[in-house]
Formats: sequence, structure tokens, C-alpha cells
Amino acid sequence: MNAHVIPPAAPPNAPVVALRDVHKSFGALKVLDGVSFAVGRGEVIVLIGRSGSGKSTALRCIDRFETIDGGEIEVCGRRVDDARLDVRALRQDVGIVFQSYNLFPHLTIEENITLAPHAVKKVPKAEARALAAKVLAQVGLEEKLHAYPEQLSGGQQQRAAIARSLAMQPKVMLFDEVTSALDPELTGEVLKVIEALAADGMTMVLVTHEMSFARGIADQVVFMHKGKVHEAGPAGILSSPSTPELAQFVGTGL
Amino acid sequence: MGGALNINHLLFLGHGALWTIGLSAIALIGGGSFGFLVALGRVSPSRAVRLLAATYVQIIQGTPLLVIMFLSFFGLAALGLNISPLLAAGASMTIFVAAYLGEIWRGCIEAVPKQQWEAAEGLALSRSQRMIKVILPQAIRIATPPTVGFMVQIVKNTSLASVVGFVELTRSGQIINNSLFEPFIIYSIIALVYFSLCYPLSRLSRRLERTALHKKPALA
Repeated sequence: MNAHVIPPAAPPNAPVVALRDVHKSFGALKVLDGVSFAVGRGEVIVLIGRSGSGKSTALRCIDRFETIDGGEIEVCGRRVDDARLDVRALRQDVGIVFQSYNLFPHLTIEENITLAPHAVKKVPKAEARALAAKVLAQVGLEEKLHAYPEQLSGGQQQRAAIARSLAMQPKVMLFDEVTSALDPELTGEVLKVIEALAADGMTMVLVTHEMSFARGIADQVVFMHKGKVHEAGPAGILSSPSTPELAQFVGTGL
Repeated sequence: MGGALNINHLLFLGHGALWTIGLSAIALIGGGSFGFLVALGRVSPSRAVRLLAATYVQIIQGTPLLVIMFLSFFGLAALGLNISPLLAAGASMTIFVAAYLGEIWRGCIEAVPKQQWEAAEGLALSRSQRMIKVILPQAIRIATPPTVGFMVQIVKNTSLASVVGFVELTRSGQIINNSLFEPFIIYSIIALVYFSLCYPLSRLSRRLERTALHKKPALA
């Protein structure tokens, strides 16, 4: 009727990440059994649950590291479950940090950080280097610019990996058990960096086993159990769970 | 006929040894370039390309180099395609080396941890950027010791080129022996030359392997 109708832009309060009734199996094993949750702009969602509960898989589906069997995933206005998705465009909007840091061992920290902005977003070299200095300062590693990953401690490597992700200026960051491979005395420095990011208003989805950290940082906690969202709500649910499964998990998790 | 071994014979052997080195270089450069494509083909996302590369490797690894030499020299000649011994030997070595180096290098590419691919994917790098900037530099480090080790095989296998009339070290020894009838002395000299070409290579390979093993992260 009206030729000038402009397709509606995503409403300003639309979720940055939304999973709707997501199903995923590995062979006969059902890993995600109708998972739904949404992350608003600037929100921090923490996924918790036993190993095998599907929380890491849910996270990996958001960045299309796994394809889903049913349901919908929307990230920054893109349908991730669409087979025609421009995966590289999605991954420019989504930063992901892994348990094992996965820095590139043959490159200095600066080269690790400038690689993607330069190669993918065509940021000029000098500008990319300035960006590297900025994000390294953000994680407190400005003096490690020219070091190689193997010269850094685990905690420093993980902070550098976070900086590498930040340099792509993502709209949402995913953290997949980023402190699980670290010695206890090194987890604090990494968690502090993540807390600072949250305070800056970064939208984040975290999978973690650090319950006190989750309690402090989460706007919303999603407890996953047997591939389903078993209980979800504000961080308070960790102190007063309403399902016996979460009570038991929190009890053992402390 | 007959006579004693003299300086001219040794010069002739030296000339043959140079061709052994030359043919080895041709094999390494030709086989290396083609083998690199074979390795990339073996890890290609396309099933057809993977199958093609795997078939090539299977066929060549299942065929003696001697037969490949015969085929490319006498076989092609029978089809009316006359090629020089150098071309036949060079092409045969290239075909042969490509299959083995391709397979060695495929293993090296696959030895780079899967997480490195994922990290590169997470940063939105394209497949070729992931390969060139992230995976290959790491694979090359892994590949260096076995590649240098395989060069020993290349040097020794060039001796088979003697059957197509290519005058490398072994063939030049045969020619001298045909006039001197001193097989023990002559083939001993030849063995010594092969050894002095190969031994430094295998020592280098072992040393590279050791340094690669000891180059572990300095800090935990």
C-alpha cells in the first residue's frame, strides 16, 4: 500500500542476544532442550550449571560455533539460525574468549591484537597499533605489547585474549569459562578486568564456575540443568534458590 | 679398457654428484610446491578436493619410484612423447616427492591445535586469512624437522634416475665401472659421497627436532 514504508529498525530496547526454544543434539545426545533467554543492551548474563548441562554449547551457538537443530537465535538483529547468515559479520559484532586463551603463539601480543582489526576491518596499521595500546591499557598489560604469549603468565595471557577481542569493538562479549584453566591466585586479575568491562556497560554472556563472582556481576543468572533453563532470575536466586537442583548446585559450588 | 682410477674419473664422479644435488633441488622445489598444494587439498573444506588429493597420494605412495621413472621416460616415449632424461627424472621426482611431502605437511597443519582455528574464526578472519596468518606459520615450525629429514630420502632416491640414463652420481659410477671393473672401490666412493650428503641433513633434522621439543613456554 505505502511504497515508502521503511522496514522497522530493531527497537532500542530489543535484546542484543535472544535464544528462543533452542534445540541442539550431538548425535543421540540432547544437549539443548528448548533453551530460551535474552540479554538486553548493557546486561550481564551468567550461565551456570554442571558440566554437561549445555551452558557452554548454548554460548557457542550464539557465535555460530555450533549450528542448532531447532528454535531461533537472534544476535544484534541477525538471525544466527539462518543458513544464509554472514558468519563473519556476526563475529565482528560478537567477541568470544575461551578457557584456554588461544593466543597465537607465533605473534607478539601487539600482533595478536592488531591482526583482526587490520585484516578484517581494514583498520590502517598505525591506527590498529594505537588501538592495541588502548585495549592493553584497559586490561593492565600496556608493558607487554612486544612480548610473546609464552612469556606471559596464564592470567596475563587471558587478559591479552580479552584485549584482542575488545580491539574488534564487539557489541557483545562471550566468556567461556575463562578462569577455569587458571591457578586460583591468577583468576582474580582476570575477573577484575571483566568486572571493569561490565561497569563500562559491555553486554556480556558468561559461563563460569565462580559463584561469588557470578553473584557480584550478574544482572541475570541462568541455571541450566539437563539441557534446559531450570531456573533463571536476578543474582539473588543464588542465595535463595527455588528449585532443589539449584540449591544443591550452589551448595556444592561454594 | 681397464686402467687405474685417476683424477678424470674422480672429476666425472664429482660432476655426477653435482647432478645428484641438482636433481635433489629440483625434486625439493618442484615436489615442495606441488606437495604444498596437495597438503592444502587434503585439508580443503571441499570434499571433492580432499578426495582428489587423497587419491593422488594413495596412487603415488602405492607405486615404486622406479616405475614412475620408467613410465615417464619409456612409457611416454612409446606414446610418441620423447622427453629428455633430465625432464623425466625431474618430473618423476616431483610427482613422487609431492605425495610424501603433501602427506607430511597435512599432518603438520592438522597438528596445530583446533583452538587456534576457533580463536581465528571468533575474530572474524576469513578461511584464507586463518590459514595464512594463523595456521601455516605454526605448521611450518612443526614441519621443518620432518621436511629436512625427508630430504635425505630425496637425495638417496635420485639414484633411481640412473635407469632413465640420467647421469647423476650412481650412473656416473656405473659408467666408470664399465671401463675400470673396480666395483668395490667405485661403489664405496659413491656410498661415501651419498653418506656425506645425507649425514649433515639427518643431523640437522635431529637438531631441529630437539630445539622444537625444548622450545616450551618459558613461563607457566
